[in-house]
Amino acid sequence: MTAPASAPALDLNAKLELYRMQVALRQFETRAYDLFLENYVKGTSHLSLGQEAIAAGFAAAMRPDDYTFATYRGHAHTLARGVPMTPVLAELMGRTNGLMAGKGGSMHLTSVEHGVMGSYAIIGAHLPIACGAAWSAQYRGTEQVAVCFFGDGSTNIGAFHEALNLAAIWKLPVVFVCENNLWMEYTRTTEITAVANPAADRASAYGLESIIVDGNDVDAVYEVAERAMTRARAGEGPSLIEALTYRHGGHSRADPGKYRPDAEVAEWMAKDPIPMYHARLLAEGATEAQLVEIELSVAAQVDQATEEAKAGPIPGADLLMKDVWADGGSAWRN
Amino acid sequence: MAQLTFREAISRGIAQEMRRDETVLAIGEDIGAAGGVFKGTVGLFEEFGPLRVRDTPISEQAILGAAMGAAMTGLKPIAEIMFSDFFAVCWDIVVNEIAKSRYMTNGQVTFPLVIRSGNGGGLRFGAQHSQSVENWAMMVPGLKVVVPSNALDVIGLMAAAVRDPDPVIFLEAKALYASKMDVPDGDIVDTLGTAKLLRQGSDATLVALGAMVPKALKAAEELATAGINCTVVDVRSLVPLDTATILREVSATGRLFTVEENPRLCGWGGELSSIVSEEIFYDLDGPIVRITTPHIPLPAADALEDMAIPSVQRIVSTVSESMSA
Ligand SMILES: Cc1ncc(C[n+]2csc(CCOP(=O)(O)OP(=O)(O)O)c2C)c(N)n1
Ligand SMILES: [Mg+2]
Repeated sequence: MTAPASAPALDLNAKLELYRMQVALRQFETRAYDLFLENYVKGTSHLSLGQEAIAAGFAAAMRPDDYTFATYRGHAHTLARGVPMTPVLAELMGRTNGLMAGKGGSMHLTSVEHGVMGSYAIIGAHLPIACGAAWSAQYRGTEQVAVCFFGDGSTNIGAFHEALNLAAIWKLPVVFVCENNLWMEYTRTTEITAVANPAADRASAYGLESIIVDGNDVDAVYEVAERAMTRARAGEGPSLIEALTYRHGGHSRADPGKYRPDAEVAEWMAKDPIPMYHARLLAEGATEAQLVEIELSVAAQVDQATEEAKAGPIPGADLLMKDVWADGGSAWRN
Repeated sequence: MAQLTFREAISRGIAQEMRRDETVLAIGEDIGAAGGVFKGTVGLFEEFGPLRVRDTPISEQAILGAAMGAAMTGLKPIAEIMFSDFFAVCWDIVVNEIAKSRYMTNGQVTFPLVIRSGNGGGLRFGAQHSQSVENWAMMVPGLKVVVPSNALDVIGLMAAAVRDPDPVIFLEAKALYASKMDVPDGDIVDTLGTAKLLRQGSDATLVALGAMVPKALKAAEELATAGINCTVVDVRSLVPLDTATILREVSATGRLFTVEENPRLCGWGGELSSIVSEEIFYDLDGPIVRITTPHIPLPAADALEDMAIPSVQRIVSTVSESMSA
């Protein structure tokens, strides 16, 4: 284990940006939920309300050319890499101005130009894929890092273990981030997992340090991310980080999450990352006016994205048969 | 010109592409110093070293996931799945991830990768190491599927598969690994999506794939001595499918016999028969007949396996009975 070098301390401006990002993720997803209830957002969506600090903290530690691999709960990770709100919201609404012109939907947000290499909806599948991107960076000698986010429930699928082992033996520049929100869909993860800490307790099986971080504290997330990224860039191999957090709402769509005890929900609502950070920034010298300005400007941004997404054209038949193959078409015969 | 076995042709085809393009890499179980369990990668490790010819753990999802992630970030991996039956443990990566991601992302990602795998029976390995799985892949939108039947085609189609920007499932008939033929020196590059006319006759058209191709040719020779002259077409590529060549050759004789190693249901011959029925029905002079393995898992005993997989004798008798009916 290398000595944990301390991450460079963030100045107040950088912290205000972390605050802005978390507020943006919160307001965006709150709007997405409202639009779901109004039937503008169809199908399914999985929100990260309450988990914003992880996306914001990691994205701040990443280089623009680093790779993000996310799950179906991927709106926050996509936006955190700098993808604008309008195409993300339009994608949720199935419009042509969507990030993938409506062909992927909420669960598959991808923006290669921002390093968002996809959001994957088959549990665990993207961990080996992130290994592949890291292998490619290693072979090409680019010092890029792949960061792969997944849930606590995902630590029980085989692909998790195959990926961890491969990353360890090939010393791949990949950072695995388990967002432990205590629940898989409707089952408490500790009830179906052999160990108490689903990711951290598995780390030693792959020769990795056991790392747990408060996933609701963006500064702590940033610091642990920065350390893991530095280690990966230096060729010292992968990291596995377990970030403790909680989703404020249900698993998906209109799930009210009633299977969760009230006291547990209350405990975690009190640890909401955004009010916590708000208070910390005031203590560290930010003014209330600065924070309010951030909140209002984000609100205006969300309103504008909503209007732009709603104005987006409905996809036409030209898109249906497009891009099965690299030649842009879908022909399987001559 | 040199005489090459099918297995030697695999490493020659891969080496040809690795010399040309340093983003071409090979990964798989035992493919490095060991040269592969079927000896399909002999010599690659020595020539290209451990960074380009990389041994993996027994982790099929990790092998194909790594290939996918590498392909979407600038490399051209050739991944080996030792036996095609093992696709069952990593099929998610193939079907849900590799095949769908280009479409889902509106064309943001491409997957210039090749997945090679030993396919089919004839080696008395029993049901879990013998299946012909080409139809598993053929039915998935987003996958190209190539099945060569001889050493020359192995080299040329491997080159075409590596150079193709889309994912290609490259199935190597295990029954053919030891087969030999003369192959010209120098680079060989073929074209995906092209069937090959191997023999021309006027009475019936046999359309065969992979290990069934040499059997169809042999059967055609025997049928000729009985006065039935057959055309033989080697499909070579299930996706893209060269329907132009196949429809032309079926129209010319008015009869179609498919020779398929796969278990009966949903074999590629069923799709072909549907295309022929829809498009050239009035050119047919008799029923379309599919010669396949029965719908059973493959047995291990040589006597039983030989009964299951289409044999030269079964092709001859099926064709001659149907032609004289
Ligand atoms: C292979 C597979 N099995 C099951 C599912 C259905 N499913 C979707 S999300 C989910 C729970 C995942 O829990 P966790 O990994 O903790 O992530 P979270 O949703 O809490 O972020 C399940 C079971 C799936 N998508 N893929
Ligand atoms: Mg969870």
